[in-house]
Amino acid sequence: MSDKRIGADARAAKGWFGAHKWLLLRRGTQLAILGLFLLGPLAGVWIVKGNLAYSYTFGVLPLTDPYVALQSLFTGHLPETLGLVGVAIVVAFYVLVGGRVYCSWVCPVNIVTDSAGWLRRRLGIKGSVHLARTTRYWMLAMTLVGSALSGVILWELVNPVSMLHRGLIFGIGFAWTIVLAVFLFDLFVMSRGWCGRLCPVGAFYGLLGRVSPLRVSAPARAACNDCMDCFEVCPEPQVIRPALKGAATGAGPVILAAACTNCGRCIDVCAKDVFRFGSRFNNALPVGEAGGDRAATPGQF
Amino acid sequence: MARHDETLPPAVRKAAPARRQFIFDAARMACGVGMLGLGLGLYAKQAKALPALALRPPGALAEGDFLGACIRCGLCVRDCPYDTLSLAKPEAPVATGTPYFTARSIPCEMCEDIPCVKACPTGALDHGLTDINRARMGLAALIDHETCLNFLGLRCDVCYRVCPVIDKAITLELVPNTRTGRHAMFLPTVHSEHCTGCGKCEKACVTEEAAIKVLPIALAKGALGQHYRLGWEEQKKSGGSLIDEKSMVDLPDRLPEGTTLPGHYDPASGMTAPPGMPGSAPGPVPSAPPGLGGPAVPSAPPGLGSEAVPPGMPGAVAGKVPSHPPGLGGGR
Ligand code: SF4
Ligand code: SF4
Ligand code: SF4
Ligand code: SF4
Ligand code: SF4
Repeated sequence: MSDKRIGADARAAKGWFGAHKWLLLRRGTQLAILGLFLLGPLAGVWIVKGNLAYSYTFGVLPLTDPYVALQSLFTGHLPETLGLVGVAIVVAFYVLVGGRVYCSWVCPVNIVTDSAGWLRRRLGIKGSVHLARTTRYWMLAMTLVGSALSGVILWELVNPVSMLHRGLIFGIGFAWTIVLAVFLFDLFVMSRGWCGRLCPVGAFYGLLGRVSPLRVSAPARAACNDCMDCFEVCPEPQVIRPALKGAATGAGPVILAAACTNCGRCIDVCAKDVFRFGSRFNNALPVGEAGGDRAATPGQF
Repeated sequence: MARHDETLPPAVRKAAPARRQFIFDAARMACGVGMLGLGLGLYAKQAKALPALALRPPGALAEGDFLGACIRCGLCVRDCPYDTLSLAKPEAPVATGTPYFTARSIPCEMCEDIPCVKACPTGALDHGLTDINRARMGLAALIDHETCLNFLGLRCDVCYRVCPVIDKAITLELVPNTRTGRHAMFLPTVHSEHCTGCGKCEKACVTEEAAIKVLPIALAKGALGQHYRLGWEEQKKSGGSLIDEKSMVDLPDRLPEGTTLPGHYDPASGMTAPPGMPGSAPGPVPSAPPGLGGPAVPSAPPGLGSEAVPPGMPGAVAGKVPSHPPGLGGGR
C-alpha cells in the first residue's frame, strides 16, 4: 500500500495543518452550510429556510438552483419573481468563483464520494469500470430533453444530491439507500465514478464556471519533483497535466479546465508549493520558463 | 470508407479512424444514456398518478403541471403553521420531494392568508389563489354508505359540522328512512362547487375508518361526455326551453304495471289501471313508491294475498301493505 504516502512529503514540509488547510476549510464550509439549513428544523433558529433547490435567507435573500430551474423551464414552466432572482444570484456567483465550487464546497454528496475515494486508496482497491468523463454531459442533456418530453423535472425524481440534502433537513426516509449506493459505486465499481463521470449537476455547474476568473494555478511548476501526489488526490486529475506539464508546449500554468472543482487539495498536498489559487488572467509563462516562440494559450480548457 | 480512399490527403486519412471512433463512442453513449432516460421517463409517467390519499397543498397546479413546476424546496412545508404538509420521501408513492398531506392525519386548516402559497417561489402553488375557499385540494366523497352513521339513521353529523364551508360544501339531505318507515335520515352530501378538499371532514369522521374521504379531484370526480347538455341548466341559462315544445311528439310511455299517467298512453298495461290502484282514478300519480314518500297504497296486488303484516312492520297498524311496490314485481 504505497498509497499511504500520499501527502507525506507535504506533511513533513508544511506540518499537518499546512497540508490540510484547504481541506479543513472546505469541510468546514460544507458542514457550516448544512448547519445553517439544520438550525431551523433542529434548533428553531430560522436563518435559512428550504434546501439547495431553493432557499430563503433572513426573509430577504432568495437562492435558486439554476439547474433545477432550467429543467423546470424545459417542462415549460417559469418560476415566480423570487425564484428568478434566486437563479440570477446563484448563476452570477458561480460564474465568478468557478461552477464546480458547488461540487467541492457545497454539495453534501462530495463528502460521501470523497470518503469513498479515500477508503478506496486506503484499501488499495484497484480496477475500475471505464466510463468516459463526457458521460455526465450526456446525462445533462438527457435530463433536459427528458424534462421537456415528460413534463416532469426529471432528474429530481432520482437525484442523490437533492435527496441527501433534503433528507437531512426534512427527514431522510429511504434516501440513505441511494446515498449508500453512490458510496459503494465509487468505492468498488468506478473510481471517482459519480462526481467525475455521471452527475449532471456537476456537469451543469462545470459549464457555468467555464469562464470564471478564480482558478487554481501552478505558478511554481518548475519546482515540481514528479511525486504525483496531486494527481492522486485530485478528483479530476486530467485537468492538472496541461498546467503542470505544459511549459514545454507553451501552455500557461493556470488550470483552465471546467472540470476542476477548485477544491484546493492539490495546493495542500504539494510539498513544493507548486499550486496556488489565482486568477485566470495570470496565465503568462513565468520568467525563465521555456516558452520559446510559442504563445500561451489562455483560451484552452 | 475514407480509409481505402487513397486520393484523400494523408491528414484526412489519418483522422478518419479517430473520427469514426469518436462517432462510435458518441453513439454508444447516446444509446446508454438514452436508455437510462427512457427508464426515467417511464418512472416519471408513473409518478404523475397521485395516489388516492395524497393531497396537494392549496393552489397546486394540475398534477402534470405541478411536477414540472415544483422544485421541491419545502418552503410551503416550512410556512404551514399547522405542520400539514410534508415532502415526499423516496419510499412514498408521491413523486420524490414534492409536498403533500394526508387528510386523515393532519388536514389543511384553510388559513385565510394561505402562507404555503405565498412561500412558493415557483408558482407550483398558484399565486392567483387568494381566497382559500376557492382552493381545490381534492374532493370529499361519502364513500361508505354502509358505515356512515347518518346513513344508518343516526344523527352523527360530525363531518357536516366541522366543515369550514358548512352548508355549502356539505349539506344534510333529508330523506325518509325506509327501514323504520317513520324516521328521517340526514345524508351528508358533498357539493363539488364548494368543497375545498381541506380534509377536515375525513379527519373528523367518527368511524374507525373514515366513511367520508377526500380524494384527488382526478379520482373523485366523474366527467360527462363533452356533448352532454343538462336540459334544466340550459333552460336556466337561456331563460327558456331550447327546443320547440309544441312540435314534440309524445311517444307511448312504459309505466309501471298498474299505473297510469293522465294524458299518456301505455299500450302494455291498457290505458286504465285496475280499479282501486293509484292512477285508475283521476288524481295525482304517486311520485315515489309507497314507503319512499309516496302515499300509502290501499290494496295489495291481486293474487298476492292480503295477509296481515307482522306486528311492528310498517303498515301493521294502518292496514294491508303490498309486499312489493307496484311495478317492482308486485303484479302478476
Ligand atoms: S486540480 Fe486541484 S483544485 Fe482542481 S480539482 Fe484537482 S485537486 Fe482540486
Ligand atoms: S392553507 Fe394553511 S393549513 Fe392549509 S396547507 Fe396552507 S398553510 Fe397549511
Ligand atoms: S414551495 Fe412550491 S416549489 Fe417549493 S416545495 Fe412547495 S410547491 Fe414545491
Ligand atoms: S373537504 Fe370536507 S370539510 Fe373540507 S371543504 Fe370539503 S366537505 Fe368541507
Ligand atoms: S362523520 Fe363520518 S359517520 Fe358521521 S356523518 Fe360524517 S361520514 Fe357519517
